[in-house]
Amino acid sequence: MTPNLTYVIVVGVLVAAGVTLLLERSLTRVLMGVILLGNGVNLLLLTGGRAGGAPIVGTTEPEQMSDPLPQAMILTAIVITLGMTAFLLALAYRSWHLNGHDEVQDDVEDRRIMDLAIRDEGPGTADTEGGTDDGDGEPTGDPRPVANVVEAGRAG
Amino acid sequence: MLALVAVHALTAVIAPGLVRLWGRNALYLVALAPGATLIWALTHTTGVRDGVPVVETAPWVPQLGLELALRMGTLSWLMVVLVGGVGALVLAYSARYFRTDDPGLGRFAAVFVAFAGAMLGLVVSDDLLLLYVFWELTTVFSYLLIGSDPAKRASRRAAMQALLVTTLGGLAMLAGFVMLGRHAGSFRWSEIAGNLPGGGYLTVAVVLILLGALSKSAIFPFSFWLPGAMAAPTPVSAYLHAAAMVKGGVFLVALLGPALAEVTPWRPVLLTAGLITMFLGGWTALRQADLKLLLAYGTVSQLGLLMVILGAGTRDTALAGAAMVLAHALFKATLFLTVGIIDHVAGTRDLRELSGLGRRAPALAVVAGLAAASMAGLPPMAGFVAKEAAVEALLHGGGSDLVVLAGVVLGSALTVAYTLRFLWGAFAGKPGVTPAEVTAVSWPFLGPAAALAVAGVAAGLLAPAVDRLLAPYADRFPGAESGYHLALWHGLTPALGLSVLAVAGGAALFHLLRRERVRATLRLPFDSATGYTRVVGAVDRLAVELTGATQRGSLPFYLGVILVVLVLLPGGALLIGAPWPRRFHVWDTPLQGVAAAVVIVSAVLAARALRRLTAMILVGVAGYGTALLFILHGAPDLALTQFLVETVTIVMFVLVLRRLPITFSERPIRSSRRGRVAIGIAVGAVTAGMAYVATGSRQAVPISVGFPDEAVSYGGGKNIVNVALVDIRAWDTMGEIAVLVVAATGVASLIFRRSGDLHRRAEIPGGGRAESTWPRWMTTGATTRAQSVVLQVVTRLLFHAIVLFSIYLLFSGHNAPGGGFAAGLVAGLALAVRYLAGGRTELNGAAPVDAGVVLGAGLFVAVGTGVGAMLLGGEFLQSAVLDFHLPVLGHVHFVTSVFFDVGVYLIVVGLVLDILRSLGAEMDRQSETEDAEIRERELV
Repeated sequence: MTPNLTYVIVVGVLVAAGVTLLLERSLTRVLMGVILLGNGVNLLLLTGGRAGGAPIVGTTEPEQMSDPLPQAMILTAIVITLGMTAFLLALAYRSWHLNGHDEVQDDVEDRRIMDLAIRDEGPGTADTEGGTDDGDGEPTGDPRPVANVVEAGRAG
Repeated sequence: MLALVAVHALTAVIAPGLVRLWGRNALYLVALAPGATLIWALTHTTGVRDGVPVVETAPWVPQLGLELALRMGTLSWLMVVLVGGVGALVLAYSARYFRTDDPGLGRFAAVFVAFAGAMLGLVVSDDLLLLYVFWELTTVFSYLLIGSDPAKRASRRAAMQALLVTTLGGLAMLAGFVMLGRHAGSFRWSEIAGNLPGGGYLTVAVVLILLGALSKSAIFPFSFWLPGAMAAPTPVSAYLHAAAMVKGGVFLVALLGPALAEVTPWRPVLLTAGLITMFLGGWTALRQADLKLLLAYGTVSQLGLLMVILGAGTRDTALAGAAMVLAHALFKATLFLTVGIIDHVAGTRDLRELSGLGRRAPALAVVAGLAAASMAGLPPMAGFVAKEAAVEALLHGGGSDLVVLAGVVLGSALTVAYTLRFLWGAFAGKPGVTPAEVTAVSWPFLGPAAALAVAGVAAGLLAPAVDRLLAPYADRFPGAESGYHLALWHGLTPALGLSVLAVAGGAALFHLLRRERVRATLRLPFDSATGYTRVVGAVDRLAVELTGATQRGSLPFYLGVILVVLVLLPGGALLIGAPWPRRFHVWDTPLQGVAAAVVIVSAVLAARALRRLTAMILVGVAGYGTALLFILHGAPDLALTQFLVETVTIVMFVLVLRRLPITFSERPIRSSRRGRVAIGIAVGAVTAGMAYVATGSRQAVPISVGFPDEAVSYGGGKNIVNVALVDIRAWDTMGEIAVLVVAATGVASLIFRRSGDLHRRAEIPGGGRAESTWPRWMTTGATTRAQSVVLQVVTRLLFHAIVLFSIYLLFSGHNAPGGGFAAGLVAGLALAVRYLAGGRTELNGAAPVDAGVVLGAGLFVAVGTGVGAMLLGGEFLQSAVLDFHLPVLGHVHFVTSVFFDVGVYLIVVGLVLDILRSLGAEMDRQSETEDAEIRERELV
């Protein structure tokens, strides 16, 4: 089988555009990236089989038919993408409803650990070693209010 | 033996209940479990003495070659007696030590007896893996016992420290066991011992196993956890740190000694670590003011001595070592118990505050004195007999043995010194210290300690009997002909002289150290606990830094990393080693170029668009362009589905985008946008390269060449893609429709805020239910300004035609383009048009059912088809072809897989209906409610 250059280029462009959008923070853009990426990958699958007439017995001679197997797989993928699109749209709406925007936030807890690492605080540093043995409470945690950390999370 | 372990486990389960019923007296009942162990072991005394081990095996995991292989030889017998006997006595003591209303008593009783059971299992295991399991069980239970007061930070720290150190050692030991077991082809020690590997392999295994033994027995450099473990209640210290857990390591060394003593690292490691531990422990004990800590460091020191004696690995040292294990368990348990009593009756265990206790509690002093005499190695105690044997054995050894001997004598002197310090500190009258108020010591409280002390005396007096019992173990070492026997009196031997020397030296040291100034110089230059803190701190730090560097919580970052790896690895492989095809063709037909141009332009513009609607339309155009490519490729089913899906997607987007801001939020950081584009282009290039290489390198005949025949003969259909979906790859489709149901449920649960609203039929204003069940043809509902009457009427006219068309697509799909997916989407679009024209009232009129019911019915039909085929004797989802004549219709060609397709159809319709209800109707309702609220607020 020889490669079809048109497909190769379309696949490359769809994936490139899809990935660019996928790396965004706006959930709607991420979703559009997923759709473009999905189309690109579907075409990639399609290139695995030869082109030809419709794979319907009686309409086309078996020798002239396009390969039906990738088509069955792609059909499944198309419909799954529909389900996923619906879900992500609902997610975007919900996010907008709760937060006033549809951006994917940084995880607050992860961000907090990152801050600890940057500020050289937390477990394993000088201030936590050899804690007094008479104390019965847990070591005091991050004194900053959570709101600050959330702000820090959005800045990224 | 297995039964005894089970008895312990059972007792542990019921112990909390017993304590709730009878308070602290229940501990006497609990003590029966270890007591039974002791009695059982004693009944087997004669057999074990004659060298006949008790063996018991039961299958465990036969597939892995694991069995519960238990074996009680002489050494195990000794340990069982100690574990059972001391365990029972300590439990009896605990019945008076704790207050009856102690809230943690039930838990203590349960964990304690569970620990005793695990210890029992440990000392009778023959299978090394089983031994490891019990070994770790003792670690876990000791963790719970040390940390029995979780409110105290010291207690938690000590428990965690003991757990970390012993578990780490245990894992190393497991690796050593596995190495030996793999070589021998069995994990039974009795079989491994005779089939040892050689060379470096064995050396590594031995070092790993020793790591486990040393950490368990608190030998340098792992000694620090034991004094920390004194945070536990005194009975726990008496049992774990005298008789049981710390003896685990000693037991292991003693068990493996006969086979491994001649292996290179065995003696050097044990002798060096043991001697260092002995000195450090003894030295530190001399500085302690807390009697319990004094004993704890004393224990560390004695464990070092035990390792040295057992590590020497000759017949006579082994005999001495076994006797020492017995003596140490008896006197150290006694001393711990007396410290607990002192703490109770005098209210303190600080030797600077205790004064004149000996005169006020003479019986206690006598019990402690007997045990202390054994510890110091005075006749006629068991400790004396054991120490004499050790010194005698080492005297006859070679050069290195003499160095060890010097160390042992010096260690004994230290032992004498801290023993004197203990007795003086606990019982002597001290000038300038007011004698403490002392409550009376009850006999039930003192009894267990007294029994252990008396046992220590008896073992010394009956030395020849002890010798007969322990000799079979020692005789497994080479050099059995030496003929040494344990005895109180061997005559005026050099060994006796060394003993006298040690006692005198120890007494002198004690007197020297009573001056405060001299004792201040005892401070050690270093401390292995600091090392532990540093290591643990460094691990914590590493975790924080590593987590901070990698787990940044940013989705674009994670995706970026994954994609960059995709570019670097498969992309790199593509560049270096891929067979790039020389021949290619530009297109199958020039029309492909046109469609491709449409797709390319719209995709690029979509990535750059700033307005949501623009981007959405461009993505849609790219999708339609893809559908065009499908047609040109010769895939009508794909093209049909793609067109329909693209249309439904646009409807969904419009429904949601009307609530979202018009433009995407601003992303001012330009550099990160460049990075994204760069990653995008790189991934696109790699994927294109893969497409090029993969298509060009295809040589095998596609699996689908047989599909046309099979589709007709087995599947009964001419549309191969459809037959593939409902027959050849039906399982795949099954999974897919399940995903659709899940997605639909997820959408609904994200939009409907309360589960009570989750009637996806939605409410009908003005009790319009009746109206919608019997709609008047061609009348429009409550038309608002936003809706067009013309459009509503036209859609009503078209609606039924479209639905009918969808049903046609469904049934013809087996032989022509169509099928369940496409048909379902067409019906869904019909519903969407009704909704768009007339709002949610119209939607309810068009589909007066709950979307959940449609989805469920579809899944039921699909699964039912599969199960039906099974019930009729076929495979799941196997289809049957029926051809028959009906009077009016004529020849009917019917394939059962059409039912499956009906299920698919219903699910797709349900999904679209669900989307319309959630993203459409429910969002309308929510915004109307909010608008109403805003209006109300403005009025106020």
